[in-house]
Parts: sequence; structure tokens; C-alpha cells
Amino acid sequence: MTRELTCIGCPMGCALTVEVENGEAVSVAGNTCKIGENYARSEISAPVRAVTTTVLTAEGIPVPVKTAGSIPKEKIFEVVKDIKAAKVTLPVRLGDIIVSDAAGTGVAAVATRTVE
Amino acid sequence: MREFDLVVVGGGPAGMAAAIAAKEQGTDSILILERDDRLGGILNQCIHNGFGLHTFKEELTGPEYAERYSDRVKELGIPYELGTMVLDISKDKEITLVSRKRGAETVKAKAVILAMGCRERPRGALGIPGFRPQGVYTAGTAQKLVNCEGVVPGREVVILGSGDIGLIMARRMTLEGAKVRAVVELMPYSSGLKRNIVQCLDDYGIPLMLSHTVVDIKGKEKLEGVYVAAVDEKNVPVPGTEEYFPCDTLLLSCGLIPENELSKTAGVKLSPVTGGPCVDESLETSIEGVFACGNVLHVHDLVDFVSEESVRAGINAAGYIKGRPSSPGTPVEVSPGFGVRYTVPSKLYCESVEDGVHIRFRVTGVFKGASITVTSGGRELFRRRGRIFVPSEMLDIVLKKELLAGVTEGIEVRIEEAAL
Ligand SMILES: Cc1cc2nc3c(=O)[nH]c(=O)nc-3n(C[C@H](O)[C@H](O)[C@H](O)COP(=O)(O)OP(=O)(O)OC[C@H]3O[C@@H](n4cnc5c(N)ncnc54)[C@H](O)[C@@H]3O)c2cc1C
Ligand code: SF4
Repeated sequence: MTRELTCIGCPMGCALTVEVENGEAVSVAGNTCKIGENYARSEISAPVRAVTTTVLTAEGIPVPVKTAGSIPKEKIFEVVKDIKAAKVTLPVRLGDIIVSDAAGTGVAAVATRTVE
Repeated sequence: MREFDLVVVGGGPAGMAAAIAAKEQGTDSILILERDDRLGGILNQCIHNGFGLHTFKEELTGPEYAERYSDRVKELGIPYELGTMVLDISKDKEITLVSRKRGAETVKAKAVILAMGCRERPRGALGIPGFRPQGVYTAGTAQKLVNCEGVVPGREVVILGSGDIGLIMARRMTLEGAKVRAVVELMPYSSGLKRNIVQCLDDYGIPLMLSHTVVDIKGKEKLEGVYVAAVDEKNVPVPGTEEYFPCDTLLLSCGLIPENELSKTAGVKLSPVTGGPCVDESLETSIEGVFACGNVLHVHDLVDFVSEESVRAGINAAGYIKGRPSSPGTPVEVSPGFGVRYTVPSKLYCESVEDGVHIRFRVTGVFKGASITVTSGGRELFRRRGRIFVPSEMLDIVLKKELLAGVTEGIEVRIEEAAL
């Protein structure tokens, strides 16, 4: 089976053509760099995404947060829920860990801005 | 009157990169003026990933990218004043500003860098009939509300326009628990990046309705819903195709325009196509010693390009302050030919080019397998083939100094379509 994907690795958005056998990518064409090939392989077998959102501090200030790595796509909403539920007080420094293991993915969520 | 060598108007990525570059060139008397209460500009509200791949070789969020620059500004001890709105710039570089701390004040500069960014096309300019009930926002306003103020404007959303901010907000509102019913786009293609269609719409099953538009708005005080209809090739709504979407929020993502009220009052010549100043290869505007960079010059989609361009503005402003000789020779015009909407710069002093000159532009439509060609007086200077060129992506080519030797006639940048 052939699947057409768009690489989300960078704004180029290369159009990828993937040959799929038994739920695995066996060949990838159309990518400009290695990221595209890796993306296609994981997108076919187990899609992942990085997540960004905000958490409100006890003082009512929104602090932007991201997952420190990619998490399984189907866990996005659970991860966001975990981040939203975190108790955070100011000051927050860029890189501070907000949730150490978001929704059991083993991936941490960290602050992306210093708020004093 | 306070006097500075360099005043930078706007403390977004453009202003910060330009000030850092000027400082590194030895300009010490600098002042950055920013109306917001922090540095970083629009990046502060862009909490999503996707910034800095070119500059830092890693994918950062907007606030992280901004903080790298604001940290550097602080490290270098470059003075900046927040909560300070620039009201007027005169031809002789007197700058009128107002701040809560100092009230109204006029400062004088040897050189000025315009880095005011851009603003969203206001909804009044969109021509949707009906009332203007509560619940209609521009996508950028909604982004600021959600990400910087922690306020989610609604529960059921329709987005008009498929620019990147609209796509990003479709995902953002979904993650905040809202239901995004559709993204409606007048054109037969999206003006946003493909990766954003995949990761902001497809991931969440949000439909993208191409060649459709909002034809009517229901609700007097509060938005109750919108009518969406298909359009024909002339962008005229097709009767009988109307579909009703109940919603309490309509987000408009219909493009950005450079913020040039100040440039206008200063008497800077503006390009009717980009809405930004006309500049030469040093990014100097029609007023000597006044430079422009970033989104105030032309709307960028990649902040990395903004930073790179702004470094050049900073270096050139520093050179001007040190008394660089004025540009030798007569400039040649750089003009857009077939398939090209505009070029920055729009004029070029060939002898002033050091190693090479960046020419940035956008195409007028989607071109597959076409080539970018640059000619002067019938001579081809440059050619590059590309897989696909799209209007949503700013193109960047570099003309090497050697290529420009002997160029005396106007330079034309155009797209040559692939032979079928
Ligand atoms: C909503 C939005 C989403 C974006 N998303 C992405 C993305 O996902 N990825 C990406 O790479 N790029 C993105 N961009 C583009 C990128 O963020 C911009 O290209 C970049 O921020 C432009 O930098 P700038 O410094 O020119 O403008 P800005 O960031 O807009 O900064 C201009 C600054 O000037 C200040 N200013 C304006 N007028 C005055 C005045 N009169 N007095 C004092 N200060 C003034 C403003 O307050 C502002 O801080 C986005 C842009 C927008 C608008
Ligand atoms: S394959 Fe490489 S160049 Fe192409 S979109 Fe993916 S990351 Fe970007």
C-alpha cells in the first residue's frame, strides 16, 4: 500500500510517498533530509507529536509550556490535562519542570518562558 | 534633549537582533523603544513550536526564541525602555515618544532602525455583511487572549482564513476544550504552511473548506452562528450552497500588513505592494540613516529570516553612524517580473555589495518545477530550479558580488514555468 504524507519536520513541508507493508514503512521518497524519513516511519507505525500549551500559576498568570520531547499522538489531550492541573507558583524560569512525567508518557513538560 | 547614536523602534525579534548587531559593531549609544511591557514582540504570544530551526538548529517555541535574544540584549547592557510608545519620527530623526515613567519626550538619533512589526488586517476591511456582534476576533487577538492573558474567548468556533495564525489557533482552541467546526478559505488553496494543515487541522479532524467564505453573520449582540457558502472561480458566492454553522466565536485570519504609520509620517517612501518601506541593499529607506527590517519591511513567515535580515540592518546602521562613505554610483532598480509579486530590496548599489546580496520575494501563485531567473539588460545573472514555489513561502536568493560586475541596467527577478 502507498501512503502520501506531508513531513511536519520543518516549514518546507516535503510531500512524502511511503510504501507500507504490515503497518510498517518499507520505503520513503520525497524527503529532503533524514528527518522526513524518520517522520514517515513513526507516522506509519506510532505517530508522535510535541505539545505546547499554557498553565495558569496560582497568581493567575499564564506560563507557556512544552513537552520536552514527542509524545504519542493519542495522548495529546491527556498530556494537556496533566499540564493544566499542575500547581505552579511564580517565579518560573525557562526550562523549569512543570510536570515530570506527563500522562505516563515518561516525557516531562517544561516552562518556555521566564516569568518573575 | 536626550541624544543617541542609534534608536531602534520596536523590541521584537527584529529590533533586538538589529540592536545586538550594532552593539557588536561598536555602536554603544543605543536605545530600544518598546510599547509593550516586555521585549519579544509577537513571539511572546506564539507559544507553539517551529522557531529557530535555521538559526539555532533546534526547534524552539516563540517565547524561547525571544528569550535567547532578550538575554543577549541584557548581557550586552543595551538600554531598552518598555511601556514606551513612539508617536512620531521626523525627517531629521527626532523621535517623539510617550511613556508612563517619563511622560512625553523627544529624543534625537543619528540613525534609526524601524522594527515595528506588522498588524492583522482589521475585520472592518473584510466586507462581511451583517452586524458586528461580540464574539468576532482576529486570530492574533484571540492568540494573545489565550496565551498571554489565559482567557479562552469561546466554546464553538469557526475560523475564516487559513493563514498560519488561523491554523495554529484552530489547534490551540481545540486543546483548550473548544470545538472548532471548520476553517473556511476563500481561495482554492490555503495560505498557510502544509505542516500546519497536517498538525493543526488533520490531527484533530477539523475540516478545511477551500473555495468557501462566510456570507452572513447571525446574532445582534452576541454571535450565534455564521452562514458559509461555496464561491465560484471569480470568488462570488454560489446561491443555494449556504450552510449554517452555530458558533459563539468567529476568528478572522486574513493576513498581515506592515505597521507603517510612523514611517509614513517620517516621509519614508513605501512600496504599494508590500506596504513596507522601499529599501536598497543596505536596508536603508528613502531617508538617509533610517533603516528597516523584519515584518515592518515585508511580512515574513520565518522568524529566522527576520533575525538574519535585522543583523544586516544593525551592521549597516552602525556603519552609517561611523560615517561610511555614501553609496557610490547610481543604483539599479530591482523589479518583479512574471510570477513575482515584489522584491526586497527594490534598488541596488552594485558597488556597495560586499560578498553577495540577498533578494527576497514572494511568488504570485503556485508554480511546480519552475525556475527563478534573474536578468539584467538581457543577460542572465542567476537561475535556480525548484520543486514547488508557493505564495505562502518567502523565497530568498543570494546574488554573488562577481555576478553583479558590470551590471548597469535594471535587474528583473521572474519565474520561468517548466515547459510541458
Ligand atoms: C500571530 C503571528 C504568528 C506567527 N507565527 C510564526 C511561526 O509559527 N513561526 C515563525 O517562524 N514565525 C511566525 N510568525 C512570524 C514571526 O513571529 C515574525 O516574523 C516576527 O515576530 C517578526 O518580528 P518583528 O520584530 O519584525 O515584529 P514583532 O514581533 O511584531 O515586533 C514588533 C515590536 O514593535 C513594537 N512596536 C510597534 N510599534 C511601536 C511603536 N510605535 N512604539 C514602540 N514599539 C512599537 C511592538 O510592540 C512589537 O513588540 C508569526 C507572526 C505573527 C504575527
Ligand atoms: S524532510 Fe526535512 S526538509 Fe523536508 S519537511 Fe521534513 S524536515 Fe523539512
